[in-house]
Amino acid sequence: MDLAFTNEERAFREEVRQFLRETVPPEMRRKLVEGAQLSKDEMVAWWRILNKKGWCVSQWPKEYGGTGWTSVQQYIFKEELQMYPAPVPLAFGVAMVGPVIYTFGSETQKKHYLPRIANMDDWWCQGFSEPGSGSDLASLKTKAERKGDKYVINGQKTWTTLAQYADMIFCLCRTDPTAKKQAGISFILVNMKSRGITVRPIQTIDGGHEINEVFLDDVEVPVENLVGEENKGWDYAKFLLGNERTGIARVGVSKERLRRIKELASKFKSGGRPVLEDPAFRERLAACEVELKALELTQLRVVADETKHEKGKPNPASSVLKIKGSEIQQTTTELLMEVIGPFAAPYGEHPDSSYEATDWIAQSYFNNRKVSIYGGSNEIQRNIITKAVLGL
Amino acid sequence: MDFELSEEQRLLKEAVDGLLSDGYQFTQRKKYMKETGGWSQDIWRRLAEQGLLGLPFAEVDGGFGLGAVEAMIVMDALGKALVLEPYLATVVISGGFLRHGGSAAQRAEHIPPIIDGRKTFAFAQLEKDSRYDLHDVTTSARKRGQSWVIEGKKFVVINGESADTLVVTARTEGAQRDTAGIGVFLVPSNVKGITKETYPTQDGLRAADITFTGVEVGAHAAIGDPNNALLLIERVVDEARTALCAEAVGAMDESLKITVEYLKTRNQFGVPIGSFQSLQHRVADMFVALEQARSMSMFATMAVDFGDGAERAKTVAAAKMQIGMSGKFIGQQSIQLHGGIGMTMEAKIGHYFKRLAMIENTFGDTRYHLRRVSESGVLV
Repeated sequence: MDLAFTNEERAFREEVRQFLRETVPPEMRRKLVEGAQLSKDEMVAWWRILNKKGWCVSQWPKEYGGTGWTSVQQYIFKEELQMYPAPVPLAFGVAMVGPVIYTFGSETQKKHYLPRIANMDDWWCQGFSEPGSGSDLASLKTKAERKGDKYVINGQKTWTTLAQYADMIFCLCRTDPTAKKQAGISFILVNMKSRGITVRPIQTIDGGHEINEVFLDDVEVPVENLVGEENKGWDYAKFLLGNERTGIARVGVSKERLRRIKELASKFKSGGRPVLEDPAFRERLAACEVELKALELTQLRVVADETKHEKGKPNPASSVLKIKGSEIQQTTTELLMEVIGPFAAPYGEHPDSSYEATDWIAQSYFNNRKVSIYGGSNEIQRNIITKAVLGL
Repeated sequence: MDFELSEEQRLLKEAVDGLLSDGYQFTQRKKYMKETGGWSQDIWRRLAEQGLLGLPFAEVDGGFGLGAVEAMIVMDALGKALVLEPYLATVVISGGFLRHGGSAAQRAEHIPPIIDGRKTFAFAQLEKDSRYDLHDVTTSARKRGQSWVIEGKKFVVINGESADTLVVTARTEGAQRDTAGIGVFLVPSNVKGITKETYPTQDGLRAADITFTGVEVGAHAAIGDPNNALLLIERVVDEARTALCAEAVGAMDESLKITVEYLKTRNQFGVPIGSFQSLQHRVADMFVALEQARSMSMFATMAVDFGDGAERAKTVAAAKMQIGMSGKFIGQQSIQLHGGIGMTMEAKIGHYFKRLAMIENTFGDTRYHLRRVSESGVLV
């Protein structure tokens, strides 16, 4: 047992840092630090820089363009991106549909889609949730009917993150209406430019536009866009969601936010002194740091354990990461609110930014309520722990 | 980065788990509690036979020269079995003082009888007003010729009743809360001037309040610098805290296991109560608390040998704080999920709760360590 990073791992971290210092556009970094929205072009340009370096799909097998890094290196890489900060590769392509395609897809699909994901030629979005199917995802109703060499898809997807930018959507569709719930679902790749697709924006409580509704009306999709076998889509979806969970603790994001909290708390005053000098505030901050440190180590334990697990069978203990990681992210936004106090109120650009712009903070607080809901709500994670870990 | 136990460490774990699963069932524990001193000589002898009392000592002193990970393995097992024997007081704390501060003569005199199980020790440190501050010491040690004369009173000395030797913190100079002027002394428990008031503790151990009236010991009784031993004390107490973290993780682990088992077997409304989601989510949260505690226990275990004392202290404080929070949650919820039966002395679960509660209040509680972390600045 040795919880220190090895010299090689430390050197690797330095290499990543150096690369980020040299390549991340300062303007993009500034926007991220201040919680401003990035444009599609900014993100795509950055991910292409990453891809040129060979790091955009780092976790994929080498034959599909991956790096062959150890799981600890993967962790360090992601953490450095989150802390710098720089956008991590788009999860929907790189972490979700990519692994499904190279694990279950046809040779043609692999050849066509994988390089395009790596180079962000296709922006992917996720067509899982429906208005009537949230936590009970398997109750989904969107239908794909086989007609000759086509599927005809009808239904509605929702909470579709950044669908407004997307070129492709991977959809769970019901292909066998007679089969029971999980059994009749297929995993189908759909071009967002297809006739019959309508994207309607949903404004979230922070005022932002990240998510959308996607309507599919008689959308025709070639049958070769089916991934794997018909009616086996649920297995692929479970595989995909398991992959999603290990990245969801977002330890680097919380670390970066704690750094910001300290910075702001040394400027904003309370009782005539910087908020950072208020012992009660410091204790709440310290408690959050301790929990984050514990989470970081729990994450590393899960990461180290991954090498022993069968590929694609995530450690059910990763649900701990989702629960704790989301709680800590939410706590950091609460601490930010506490630091700026009454200056949380201005919506949009506040004319005074003498201490620096803080109009993003309340929005971030509101927006971060999502993290305990998405990716399998924390209550669903507790169900997973009770069943898969504790055997109840 | 490697979280795996080595082959030798795995064997050690099997050995200690084996010994305790065989010799430390709940009913046996109740018997041991009634023996002289409140623990079992037979178990102590078996721990010695397995070499467990000699793990941390250097090979030149007759030990095995093993480290913090091995200590964690043993303490975790002791926590699971709710062991009463004075391992912490004797091997971890007093052994720690001898290892880090003892002269060759002190090591030669005191370590072999610890390793072979002949003698046990106790740490006489707490005072009425010192609470968790290790530098708050009024008990005095004054030079008289070649001897030291100790005056004062120490409280809640675990194993103080049966220890052969006491390790006593005492002030050689300065005021009550000065960091300088504190020494550590080896005091045979049968010398003139020592009076003990003994009593049981909430978690089934035995303790003593010990009064020192003109207790005279030789010049060689001081471990390390008699005028400046606080750094030594802090180091050893950090090792004790780390050991307590591992013991607490063992106790939490077992509490969760017992509680899950109970939820599977206890029926109400015609079904196992574990089928109710409100109870399921509670145990899921207990699991989260346990894993967070385990991570921090490992972290402290790695940090306890850091050369940098400030870094070590901060890490151990963070761990003790996490263990305090997790221990309280798991302890309380274990009782709640057991319902009425959890309130009874005959159910084992309540005894874990009590031990966890006492661990929280030993060598600094959650709030105390939170303050230390917050004063020390950046952790992550």
